Formats: sequence, C-alpha cells, structure tokens
Amino acid sequence: MDSAVVAQEIKRADLLQMYYYLRLTRTLEDRITALYRQGRIVGGVYTSHGMEAIAVGYASALECDDVIAPFHRDMGAFLIRGITPGEVIAQYLGKRTGPTKGKDGNVHMGDLKRGIIGFVSHLADNLPVATGAALAFKIRGEARVVFAGTGDGGTSRGDFHEAMNFASVRKLPVVIFCNNNQYAYSTPLRYQMAIKDVVERANAYAMPGEIVDGNDVAAVYLSSRRAIARARAGEGPTFLEFKTMRMHGHSEHDPAKYVPRELLEEWKKKDPILNAEQILRQLGYGDDAYFQEVGQRVKKEVAEGVEFAERSPLPEGPEVLEGVFATEEEVST
Amino acid sequence: MTTATATREVTYLEAISQALDEEMTRDERVFLLGEDIGVYGGAFKITEGFLQKYGEWRVLDTPLSESGFVGAAIGAAMMGLRPVVEMQFADFISCAFDQITEVAAKNHYRWGAPVPMVIRAPFGGGVHGGPFHSECPEGWFFHSPGLKLVAPSTPYDAKGLLKAAIRDPNPVIYFEHKFLYRRVKAVLPAEDFIVPIGRAEVKRSGTDITVVTYGAMVHLALEAADVLAKEGIDLEVVDLRTLIPLDKETIFNSVRKTSKAIMLHEDNKTGGIGAEIAALLAEECFGCLDGPILRIAAPDTPVPFSTPLEEYFLPKVVDVVTAARKLAAY
Repeated sequence: MDSAVVAQEIKRADLLQMYYYLRLTRTLEDRITALYRQGRIVGGVYTSHGMEAIAVGYASALECDDVIAPFHRDMGAFLIRGITPGEVIAQYLGKRTGPTKGKDGNVHMGDLKRGIIGFVSHLADNLPVATGAALAFKIRGEARVVFAGTGDGGTSRGDFHEAMNFASVRKLPVVIFCNNNQYAYSTPLRYQMAIKDVVERANAYAMPGEIVDGNDVAAVYLSSRRAIARARAGEGPTFLEFKTMRMHGHSEHDPAKYVPRELLEEWKKKDPILNAEQILRQLGYGDDAYFQEVGQRVKKEVAEGVEFAERSPLPEGPEVLEGVFATEEEVST
Repeated sequence: MTTATATREVTYLEAISQALDEEMTRDERVFLLGEDIGVYGGAFKITEGFLQKYGEWRVLDTPLSESGFVGAAIGAAMMGLRPVVEMQFADFISCAFDQITEVAAKNHYRWGAPVPMVIRAPFGGGVHGGPFHSECPEGWFFHSPGLKLVAPSTPYDAKGLLKAAIRDPNPVIYFEHKFLYRRVKAVLPAEDFIVPIGRAEVKRSGTDITVVTYGAMVHLALEAADVLAKEGIDLEVVDLRTLIPLDKETIFNSVRKTSKAIMLHEDNKTGGIGAEIAALLAEECFGCLDGPILRIAAPDTPVPFSTPLEEYFLPKVVDVVTAARKLAAY
C-alpha cells in the first residue's frame, strides 16, 4: 500500500501497535510449532504463518465492545482482544488455565467477556451465529459490530450462504470476511469453486464486497475500518476477501507437498512482516534497531507465556463431567 | 392470540400461544424467529397476531434457512437475548442438526458461553403428513449432551414447560405434538406457572404395570388403561414430559412398585428413548422386575403417508392392551 496514504489514514501509534502484534503472533506461533515438534503439544497446530496481517489488521479496526467470530488462522485477533500468550500456550497444552480449561484445544478459544465467539471446526458454522449476534445488537439498538470469517473452503458450505443471505436481507451490522489462502487442507481453489474471486459470491446477496491484499496490514486495517463504519452506521453487511497464501501445512503434521514450491517462493516475498517493516521504514516510523527491539520484547513475552503455561496445572479427570449445562447464575449477571 | 381466563378451556395449541405471549410480555429479551411466523402467524397459527403486537424485530420472518436461523438464534442468545425458534415442522430440524448439536449443545461445555434458547419442534404423526411432516426426531438429540429436551402431553404441561424452557439458561428443544394441537383441552390457572424441566409425572396411578411414555402416546396409554381396568389390570402411566434430563427417580419408583414395565413411543423402535430407559431399568431395577421389559414403538421405517400404512405404523391402544396382558401373565 502507498505509504503516503498510510501516513494520512493511519495513526503512527496504531501502525506501530499492529507491527508489534504481527511480531508477537509470528513469534508465538513459531514457538508453538517448536513445542509441537518436540512432542510437547499433541493434536493439531493451525498457524497463521504468513497470514498474520489479516487478523491483526481487522482486530485493530474494532472497538472493545464489538464481537469477533474468528477463522482458525486468526491468532493476532485473539491477542488483540486480550488473550495472553500464556493462555494460548496453556490452551495448546490442555492446561486448566487455557480459555477452555482443557475442554477444547488449540485455536478453539472463546470468551464472551472479551468479545470472542469460540471457533467451531465445522467451517462457516459461526457465520450464522455471527449474524445472530449482530441481530441482537440491531434489536437492542446498540452501535456494535460483529466481525466474522471463514476460509476459501468454508465459503462452499451452506452456512456461509445462509449467513450472507440473512445478514443482507436484514441489513445486519456484521462484516463477513474470507481468508482466501488458496488451499483448504490439500484442496486448491480450482476444485473448491468455479468462480475466480470469492468476492463474486457477495453479488448474489446484494452485499458490497472488496478484494484486499491480505498480506498488507494497512490495507486490511483500512478496508476493515470502512466496512465496520458502514455496519455501525446501519448500512448493512460487507464482504471482504483477503487474498493470501497458506505458507505451512493445514496443520503442522502436514508437509503440504501438494503446494508447488514456486508458489511458496513467490508468496514468501510478500511476507506481511517484511511488508510492514518496509512501510515503517518509508515513513520513518521504525528502523532495524527498532524492529530488533520489538523482536526481543515479543520473545520475552512468549517465553514468559511458556513458563506460565508449563507451571499451570492440568485438569483432573473428573472435571470432564463439569459444565455440560449452564446455571441460572451465569445468565443472570 | 388468546387471553387467559380462569374458566375457559384452552387447547394444547392455545396453551403454547399463551406461553409465548406471556413470556414476551414479561421479558423483552424474548423474541421469535422462524418461517412464516409473522404475517401468516405460523403454519399452525400459534403466533397469529404476534407481529402486530410485538413488531417485526421480535417476530422475525426468516428466509427458508433452518441452519441459518438456528445459528442466528444461538448468536443472539449468547449476546443476552432469549430467542424462541419455530421449526415449521420438526422434520426440518435435520437442516439445522449441525448448528444444534455442534454449536448450541457444545458451546457452554467448551468455552463457557451459555446459549439460552428454545427450538419449538412440531412433531409426530397421525396427521397424514407423510415422511417429511410426521417425524419424531427426538432420538437424534437424545444422544447429544448439552441439550434439554421436553415433550408435553397436556395443555397445562405445554404452557408450563414452554415457560420453563424460555427461562432456562440452556438450549431446549420443545417437542410439541401436532396431533394434540386441537384435540386436548383444559382449563388453565390464570396466574403465572411453570412446569419444571426434569420432572416426569404419573398421569395415572396404578399397581400392576408401568407404562413409560411421552407426547401423544400418553393419551393412548390412558385409553389402554381404561380398557385394561375392566379386566382387572391396573396400569400406571408415567409421562416423562422431559426427555433430557431424564427423571430417573420417578421412573424407578414406579417400576419398583409395579415390577413390570412397558416403554411406549411413537419414534422408531431401534435406538429410541424406550431402549435407553429399558437399559436403565435393567441396570437399576433388575431385582424388582417380574417380567421382561417390553417396547411398543413405531417400526424402523420412515413415516408413511397413506392412511392404512400410517395406521399400521403408529402404536395403537390394542398394542398396549396386548402387551399388558402378556406382562400380566408373568
């Protein structure tokens, strides 16, 4: 994105904060991947490696009392909403201090107090749920917005379409995005849909849509900000297609040999952190020393997170029986 | 819409309508969504007049999109509202199966978010609805932890259980039996009341054989009891009212008294709720049983359309009478 436009549209402090979250996300997820390779994490590890700008960009554009229903490669959004690196690692380690207390793993984290609707593996399931949250805001006349997304594969599901349709029919304050990272597990886009751009799906619902460079945090932030403002003003939903590339396997067990190496090489040059550093340099907001300093800071935070998670207790077996039903007290507050 | 009076008899259908109306008046968080519930007043006219009274944002006509609007209800419930979804027919709930079992049922367990919502599901046969308008899908959800399931058989229970469901902090599927809509009537109390979720009721006290049942089959069991009484066989009819959480105490107490048990339901036999209760009785009440636990249920086929086929399919009074005679001989 043109640095003059960035300078004009985004505050320096906001841009620096986004850079910080890009680095924190990358460092945290790299550490989680390392823990997985050491056998200390079991189960799936779904990272946003190379796609960090999407979650960081959109979550930075939201207000505190807005709500997100993130995609499973949106670690930056969790961090910005206040989930700490320690909680994330505890979640991955199945510890009681993770947001789900060991009931669920990895990126399946939610917390209503922090405005996060917990991820469901059935992709696009949370999009109808997001429209309902937006409906609640509309019914109560609250100026709050829901930001919800899925991947390119998720847009093939009926729930995606049912949500797009309902959101548009009732002009709900929701932004629906697609993290188009070219692959749904091993299935490339060409076997997922016959259209060229996912954004074409929005036309069928009379919903404004935009294609955005998902590796440019400033572009993601600005497009999200526009869509959020539109939703908040009561003008209805917007669809955003963030184009990016999945740089790792579906999960860390997957070497992703089905992805052509050249494609990865090409996208490596568009790395969102390198992109952000280039803009920061051009604007004189940051230099190598600054980038290094941020790197040290996030490394320390992640190390503290690992320590916190490892110190945390595992749940006891009988806790499996707790929490199937909610109690009266939980809904009366 | 109907007004509660202390002396007028109301139908099962009117009782449901009253419960919705009173809860919407009592609590502004309660709102309705579903297909054709607004202008048209619902396929069975349960919400007739509601749109005019409560406006289009509390009585939402949705697109034909069961998964979409159940998902929307889940989201609204998490944000503090109390949605009541109308499935036009319980059969269509299959389109929303994923939202109900994967999202609504698991949310609180996984990450602590309560989902206080109700799905009204008009179910059951005997109305010439055929394979897609007569189903009893409660068995699918009986096996999904995190949901509460209720199935009233009388106007009193219909009203009281719906109010309790709306006030419950969990997702509740409310199975209302279409056959009973205009066939059963009662005078209801004028004051506010609920029927607590999780409590069965002995609808007829007897000494010889327990029939455990719910929904429209309660009335079938009561009819059979009248026939059998003339033969000196005294049936006790336990109306489950709530399927999850199951009132084991009432079931066990009854069977400990009579020593004989028949499971009666309109749902298919294999893997039905009767099978689970039979297993519970075998585990918990084996020592007091004086005969085999019998099941009377629909055969393992879809619900057929043509009258003789549907009559053959549905459990009948004679089935209960025959089974009871067989058990009485032990």
